[in-house]
Parts: sequence; structure tokens; C-alpha cells
Amino acid sequence: MGRTSLALRAGAAALAVAAIMGLGGCGWGRTVAEKEALDKSSASNASATSCVDTSGNTIKVGFVNSLSGTMAISEKTVSDSLHMAVDEINADGGVLGKQIQIEQQDGKSEPATFAEKARTLIEKQCVAAVFGGWTSSSRKAMLPVFEEDNALLFYPLQYEGMESSPNIFYSGAAPNQQIVPALDYLKEQGHKKLFLVGSDYVFPQTANRVVKAYAEGNGMEVVGEEYTPMGSTDFTTIVNKLKFSGADAVVNTLNGDSNVAFFKEYKASGLSADKVPVISMSIAEEEVASIGVDNVKDQLTAWNYYQTLDNPENKKFVKNFKAKYGESRPTSDPMESAYTSVYLWKKMVEKAKSFDVDKVKAAADGVTFDAPEGQVKVDGKNHHIYKTSYIGKIGSDKLIHTVWKSDGPIAPDPYLKTYDWAKSLSASTSGSDGSGE
Amino acid sequence: MNMLFPQIVAGLSNGSILLLAALGLSLTFGQMGVINNAHGEFMMAGAYTAYVMSSLIGGNAASLALALVVGFVVAGLLGLLLDVLLLERMRTRPLDTLLVTFGVSLVLQQVARDIFGSTGVYAQAPEALTKPVTIFGYSFPAARLFIFILAIVCVAALYAVLKLTPLGRQIRATSENRDLAEVSGISTKAVDHVTFFIGSGIAGVAGVALSLLNSISYNFGTSFIVQAFLVVVAGGVGQLKGAVIASFVLGLCQSAVELPTSSSIAQMSVFLIVVIFLQFRPQGLVAIRSRNLA
Repeated sequence: MGRTSLALRAGAAALAVAAIMGLGGCGWGRTVAEKEALDKSSASNASATSCVDTSGNTIKVGFVNSLSGTMAISEKTVSDSLHMAVDEINADGGVLGKQIQIEQQDGKSEPATFAEKARTLIEKQCVAAVFGGWTSSSRKAMLPVFEEDNALLFYPLQYEGMESSPNIFYSGAAPNQQIVPALDYLKEQGHKKLFLVGSDYVFPQTANRVVKAYAEGNGMEVVGEEYTPMGSTDFTTIVNKLKFSGADAVVNTLNGDSNVAFFKEYKASGLSADKVPVISMSIAEEEVASIGVDNVKDQLTAWNYYQTLDNPENKKFVKNFKAKYGESRPTSDPMESAYTSVYLWKKMVEKAKSFDVDKVKAAADGVTFDAPEGQVKVDGKNHHIYKTSYIGKIGSDKLIHTVWKSDGPIAPDPYLKTYDWAKSLSASTSGSDGSGE
Repeated sequence: MNMLFPQIVAGLSNGSILLLAALGLSLTFGQMGVINNAHGEFMMAGAYTAYVMSSLIGGNAASLALALVVGFVVAGLLGLLLDVLLLERMRTRPLDTLLVTFGVSLVLQQVARDIFGSTGVYAQAPEALTKPVTIFGYSFPAARLFIFILAIVCVAALYAVLKLTPLGRQIRATSENRDLAEVSGISTKAVDHVTFFIGSGIAGVAGVALSLLNSISYNFGTSFIVQAFLVVVAGGVGQLKGAVIASFVLGLCQSAVELPTSSSIAQMSVFLIVVIFLQFRPQGLVAIRSRNLA
């Protein structure tokens, strides 16, 4: 015994600690915070009356974005464009003659923190509407808070659908405005064998259920479906499987850094965009630079906005954003969608002539805005918006260029009820309004 | 369409990555008993060195070669600094080093974030390493072949230093019996510093090499640190041979399990295999036969 056993014991302890830190990271904190959120929610069950103060000449709105933690990189950009929208509106006379005052909260990349901060914004800071959220888990954590307090959340991200809360407006794409057009494009290009690769969490899993249903109904075949743990950087086996699967296109729903490792492996294994193109659902202008444009050049993306869109509203948006935040900053779909959501709220309020949540909701249907992505229109029934879909190709200038666009804005259909091939999907999820997954 | 061969190659490649990540650790942890949680951040320092070099010189072979040397020195100096400032004061308390170095790793991550930003950066690799090479009719990433060769070279170099040089003898003597080494005229303090410099430097080299495969960001090291410890403990603490065998066994296991299942299952199964293995052989693959009576 002696030295060896001491070293061994130390080793075991190191392993245990490293494992807890590396893998379970925020495990303990989250459960406690969640419990607190639950306690609070049962305590304040009765207080659904709004405390929004509309007597002065300002009106408060809340932003909840992750300004720290792993999601901060992405969510900071959304917070920036939200601020820009508010500044523009204030410079233009405000909403119903009132200047907008921003209350910014940090969601800290933790779903439970999002719920807690949303509650603070609504109940303590008395904001008229909240903008923000990024991950589906942050939205799902906030949803009960907004429903219980009858408040308004504007959620900017494209997402997996199968949800439609009366208290949330979804300004990002529903699956039929992003995933379905991407598949339509692949089908049109004659691709028949799809390989699916994604990070192991709610968006890729649900998105791929849609892909599989689509493939089955449209004479395509899914030849492989692989998920990696979040942050995973080993793609040898997955790329091997991809090469041997006979796939002629890849549908990519990987998140963050995993994309870098995946595309490096893909390229270094001799695959290329002209033989087996990859269409990505979460690579926007921001990500292209950090993945390395050499690794993703000529690959495809599916979004509802690119910085390169050629219309006067977008030119103004890009110009103002760069003037405010720096020439090197690109604009991307989530940022544009967040920016648009502030204007949609303004228009709803002006149509309702009130900041009252129920009146705003009642006025929402049919509200339009000439957004940088093209004209958008709110669907009052499911609270999503009509959006044009664009398939883009990544250029060597690190920007994404449109290669295909839908015939005008597509009506939002979060449950894919209007698609024959999706019957099995909507049947299995129609009972669980937003509470599933 | 036989995936057996490519998967064996993938497994060997995974093994060489594990080995490269664990090699420096097997020196600092194995020989010195320091649980260095900041090992991953030394790798990160190496990765950022590759980025700085490729932005200064351009993505060519010269910049990679230079990055390997500079990365070794940068990470080595960081390690030396850590050893001189903190770890020297806790030689007899290995468990304390665990917490201290974890703190250091957080500090280093924040420093990296402040200098390079929280978004990943992109280092252009030499053209030849972004292409596939063909081995027995199967195309395989050149960067992985390079990493495989580099891992073998590093092991051979470290082995030679430990077995053949006076410094190596001093390192081994210090690790086997510190007091006896001291009375024999070895300055164990100086030997510790050098050992830690080399171990950390190897982490830097690993960082430069692995930046060819991954994104370079402040959390670069966190994806390797757990598996590196796993390799060192499973291999047998203080044994190079054990670390080499353990890396390749675990690498091959991972790609074998991932083939019929998924990446999540494969990562979990590696942990499971090690846990079960240590139940039967807590001393690891290769045990030290020491006459140490302490």
C-alpha cells in the first residue's frame, strides 16, 4: 500500500469530480432552482391581475436573453437586435405615444432561470410584454409562467413546432416554414436517400420525426439517423456510417461547436457538397466564421432570412445594425426575427389601442409588417407568423446566398395538420399542447 | 460495403487522440501525484497557439510546425508557473490540488474568453491536412493520420527521456521515493518543476494537434479532461505502457460500440467498461511494483 493506493484513491476522486463537473455540470443547481420556481408558481397562483403601469409617458417591456453561460454567444446577438428595434421605435415616437423602457434580464443559459426571470419581469417589474428565449427548453420552462400570469412572450427562434400557447407569439419559423421547404428543395433536386445527424436534444429529435414522416410520404428514404451528445466532437464513426449508407444528402441539426468537428471530418474524409450536400438548420451567418468558411463553402442552409436578401427594409436593417454594433457583425435569422417581433407587438398594440394582454391578443390576427425578411403576417389562431422560406448556399464571402425561395409567405402550421404525410405526427401530438417533450 | 476496416482505423485514431490528451497527464498525475484539472486548459493554450500562428503566418506546414514548438513552450510555462506558485505548496496533499487546479482551469477559461472572445475561432490548417489520404482503398482524414503519428512520436520521445537520460532517472527516482532521492543528492524540487513543465508542454502539443479536428474555443479542454483521467487511471497510475494500452483499448471499444448503437451509448459504455474494470483491478492495467514501504 502507501503511495500507490494514495495515488489511486486520489485518481478515483479526480475522476468522480471531473465527471460531475464535465458531464452533470449544472445538475444540482437546476433542480433546486426548478423547485423554487414550482413553489413560487403555486404560491402566486391567484395573482393573475396585471400590474402594468400605463399612466406615465413610458411603457416597460422585458427582454430575457442568456447574457452568460454557453448560449450567451448566440443570445447576445438577439438582445442586441431587440435593443435596436426599441431604439428605432422610440426615435420614431414610441408606441401609443409612450417611449419604451427596457428591462433586461439574464437567463444564464438555464431554463429554470428563464422561468424565474420571466416571473420577475411580469410580476415585479410589471412589463407589458416580454421578448426572448432561444432554446426550446427555455421556452418550455417559461410557458407555464406566461399562461398562469396571462402575460405575453415573443419568442424569436425557429423551432420544432407542435406547440401553440395563447400567451406566446412565435416569430421564428414553424417546421413547415423551415424543415418542410428544405425537404421540398432536396426532393426537387432529385435527392432520395437522406442521412440525419443532430445533437441529442428536443429540436433535432422532433425535427427528424418530421423528416422521417416526409420521406415516407414523398418516396424518399432515411438511410441513417445519428445523434451526438451536446458538445460532442468525435465524428469519425458517424462520418463512416454516412459514407457507407449510400446517402445522397445530409440533414444537419447539430448545434454549436459540434458543427466544426463534423464539417472538418466530413471534408477530410473526401465528401463534398457536390456529391453529398449537407443542409443545415442551425448554421447562420454568425456560425460560418467560427466553423471556417473553407469547411462549409457551398453547403446549404434553410432559414427565413439572410443578410444578403435584396430589399429596401433589409438594406436599412443591415446598415443600421452595422452602424450601431460594428462593421464586422453579420445579421442572421434569429436576430431579424427578434427585431421583427418588437415591431409586430407595436402594431398589435396600436391596432388594439391598448397594452392590455387580452386586447392585444384579440387584435393580433392579420397584423402585417414589412420586415427585412419580406412581409410577415400574424396568424391570430396559432400565434405564429406567415414567413417566406429561403434555401441558401454558403459563399466564400462567409455570407449565405439565396438559391431557392418559397412562392410568397407560407401560412404557419405548427402541427403540420395540412400535410397528408404528417397525419401520424399530428395525431400523436395533438393532445399535448406545448406540454409534451 | 464492409465497415470493419474503417472502424478499426477510426478506433485506432480515437485511441491516439486519447493518448495524446492523456500523455502529459500520466506524467504529472502518475509521476507526481498532482491531480491537474487545468490540464485541459493547457491543451486549450496549445490550440489557441495554433490559431495565433496560423493567423500570423498563414495556414501552412511551417506555421503548424512552429505552433507545435511554441505550443509546447507556452503550455509548459503555464504549467511551470502553476507548479511554482501553487502546487509546490501542496506536495503532500494531492486531493487539495484537485480543487486548486479546478479553480485555475476556470480562471484560464475566462482569460481565454477575454482575450479571444467567447465564440470559437478558426485556425486554417495546412492544405494537405484537410484532405483525405487513401489507405487500402479507404479514404481517411490526413489530419487523423498526422495525429496518430504525432502521438506515437510523443510516446517514444517521452519514453526515451524517462528511460535513457539522467533527467529521466531523476524523475523516476523522485516519484518512487522522494526522500531517498533527496538524500541521494537529487533536487526533487527542481525535478518536479521540470516534470511539470514537460507534462504541461505535452498537453500544449496535444492542443495544437487536436485543433485540426475541433473548434478552438475557451472550453476546448473540457471535452478531453475526463477521458484523459479515465485513460490514466485505467492504464495504471504512473505507467506509460498502461496509458498507451488503455487509450487504444478504449478508442477501439468506443468505435466498436458506436457502430451498431449511437454516439451517446458509446461514450457511456466507455465509462461503464472502466468502472467495471476497476472493480476487478483497482490498481489499473499495469501496476507499479514498488518496494515503497511508506
